[in-house]
Amino acid sequence: MVPMGRLARAGPALGGAALAGAARLLRVPRRGARPGADGDAAAPARWEVVTVDRPPEQVLPEGRWPEPLRRLDGAVEVRVRPAPGDRGTELAARPLAGVTPPTGLAAHLVGDDPGLLVRRTLRQIKQRVEAGEVLRADRSALDRPEVHG
Amino acid sequence: MRALCWVAIGELAVREVPDPELRNERDVIVRVRRSATCGGDLPLLAGRHPLLRPGDVLGAEFLGEVVEVGPEVRRHRVGDRVVVGASVACGGCWYCRQGLHSCCDNAHADLASADPDWARSDAGCFGRPRAAGGFAGGHAEYVRVPYADVSAFRVPDAVDDERAVFAADVAPTGWLAAELGAVRPGDVVAIWGAGAVGQLTARAAVLRGAARVLVVDRHEERLRMVERHSDAEGLDYRRTDVAAELRDRSGGRGPDVCVVAVGTPPARSRADRFGGQHADRPDALREAVHACRKSGVVVVLGGTAGFVDAFPLGALTERRLTLRGAGRPDLRDVPMLLDRMARDELRTEHLATHRLPLAQGPEGYALFRDRADGCVRAVFTP
Repeated sequence: MVPMGRLARAGPALGGAALAGAARLLRVPRRGARPGADGDAAAPARWEVVTVDRPPEQVLPEGRWPEPLRRLDGAVEVRVRPAPGDRGTELAARPLAGVTPPTGLAAHLVGDDPGLLVRRTLRQIKQRVEAGEVLRADRSALDRPEVHG
Repeated sequence: MRALCWVAIGELAVREVPDPELRNERDVIVRVRRSATCGGDLPLLAGRHPLLRPGDVLGAEFLGEVVEVGPEVRRHRVGDRVVVGASVACGGCWYCRQGLHSCCDNAHADLASADPDWARSDAGCFGRPRAAGGFAGGHAEYVRVPYADVSAFRVPDAVDDERAVFAADVAPTGWLAAELGAVRPGDVVAIWGAGAVGQLTARAAVLRGAARVLVVDRHEERLRMVERHSDAEGLDYRRTDVAAELRDRSGGRGPDVCVVAVGTPPARSRADRFGGQHADRPDALREAVHACRKSGVVVVLGGTAGFVDAFPLGALTERRLTLRGAGRPDLRDVPMLLDRMARDELRTEHLATHRLPLAQGPEGYALFRDRADGCVRAVFTP
C-alpha cells in the first residue's frame, strides 16, 4: 500500500474530491506495536484531527501535503475527508507505528507525547489555511533584554 | 514603555516593560489613549489563574491610535483612532464566519497548550497569560493587536474616548446577552447585577423593545444609574422579596428573559473549603432559574462560576427553560454599537466613575475590586 503523502505528492493534478476519496481508502499498514493513547501497548496511536473550514483542494493544494506536515513525512500517516454539512475538511494524522522516537533536541521539544507535535502541526496548517498565517505569541520580557525603569 | 503588571497575589505595579512589536503580518501597534478595568481581571488579580506570571500586563478593554501597521492589514492606517474588541479572532475560521468571534479557532497564541485534554482553544484575549492563549494587555502605553482588520474598529469622530472605550467589551457583552435571550418587543427582562455589563444589558434590552426591564442589585448608586441611564427599574434585594416583586411586575408570569451578570464571585473561604464546600454557590443563578417564566431563557454572563453546586436542574427541565452562556462578546456588533453611541442612543461614559492616570492603576483596581467610593469602572490614561 502507498503512504498517503507519497500518493499526494505523486499526483499534483489529482482533484480534491478524488483525493479525498482516495484518502479514505488508503491507510499505511501498521509496522509494529506502539503504545496507544489508552496505554495498550498493542493499540495504534490515536488519530489527532482538526476540521479546516475549506474544501480539500485548498487544504492539500495540488494534492500535496502542506507545510509543515511535509516535514513529518515518514513519521505520520494522514487521513483526509470532507467534513459533513459543508464544514470543510477533516484532516487527521497520527504517528506511524514502529517509527523510532525522536532523540536529542527533538525529543526535548516533543517530550514523551508524539501526539503533541502532531496536534501542533495540524493546528498550524489550519491557521495557515483559514487565517493566512500562524499566529505568534507576544514575546515576553523573558525573551528580550530586561528593561530597567 | 510603562505598563500595569501583575506582580503577586493582590499586588499590581506600573513597570517599565519592552515595547510591543509586530509579530505577524496582520498586526498593528496601537498607542493607548484609554483603558478600562474589567471584571475578568479580578480573578487574575487574586492569583486564581495558574498560568499568570509576574510581569504579565493586564487590560482587556482599550482604545487608542494606530502607530504601526503590518503588511497584510487592509482596513487600518497609521493615525486611525480605534477601539479594540476584547476577543482576538482570525475572521476566517468556521466560527468567525458565523459571527461567533469569541469561539475563534485560530487566535490561541500558544499552540503548545492546544491540547484538548488541557483546554479547548478559543479566541485570544488581551491581558491574559500567554500560555492561556492571551496577549499583553491594554493597561500600557502601546499594545500589539493581532488580526487587526477583524479586531480593531475605527471610532466615529462624534464618539469621544470616554464613551468609545466601552465598545471594546462591556457594550457588546450587554448586547450579546439581550441577543442570546432573544429579547423581543413587549418582553419583561430581569437582570441580576447592576455593574457595567448589567447596566448595558438593560440598555440593550430597552433598545430591542423590552416593555419592562428590572435590575437586581444592592448598591444604591448603581441602581440609581440603571434608572437614569438605562431606562430600567432597580430592585434592591436587601429591601425587597425579589421573587415576589418579579412575579408582581410581570403579571404573575415571571420574566421572559433572565440575565445573570453578577461577575466573578469572591474566592471561597477557608471555612467553606474545610467544610467540603469546593464549588461556588450560584445564588443569583438559582434565583433567576426559579423566577423565569415557563419556557423562558436564562442567560449567564462572564466568569460567574467555574463549578457550581446546588444548581436547580429540576426547575430547568420541568419548566422547559433554555440556559445560555457567554464569557466574552463577539466582534460583529461593535460597529453597530459605535453608531448607536454616535447617535446618542447608547451612552456609556457614566460608567467611568474613576478616571485616573495609568500610574494610579493599582489604586484604580483596588477601588474597582472593592466597589469602593461608588466605583463601577476605573478608566486609565497612559
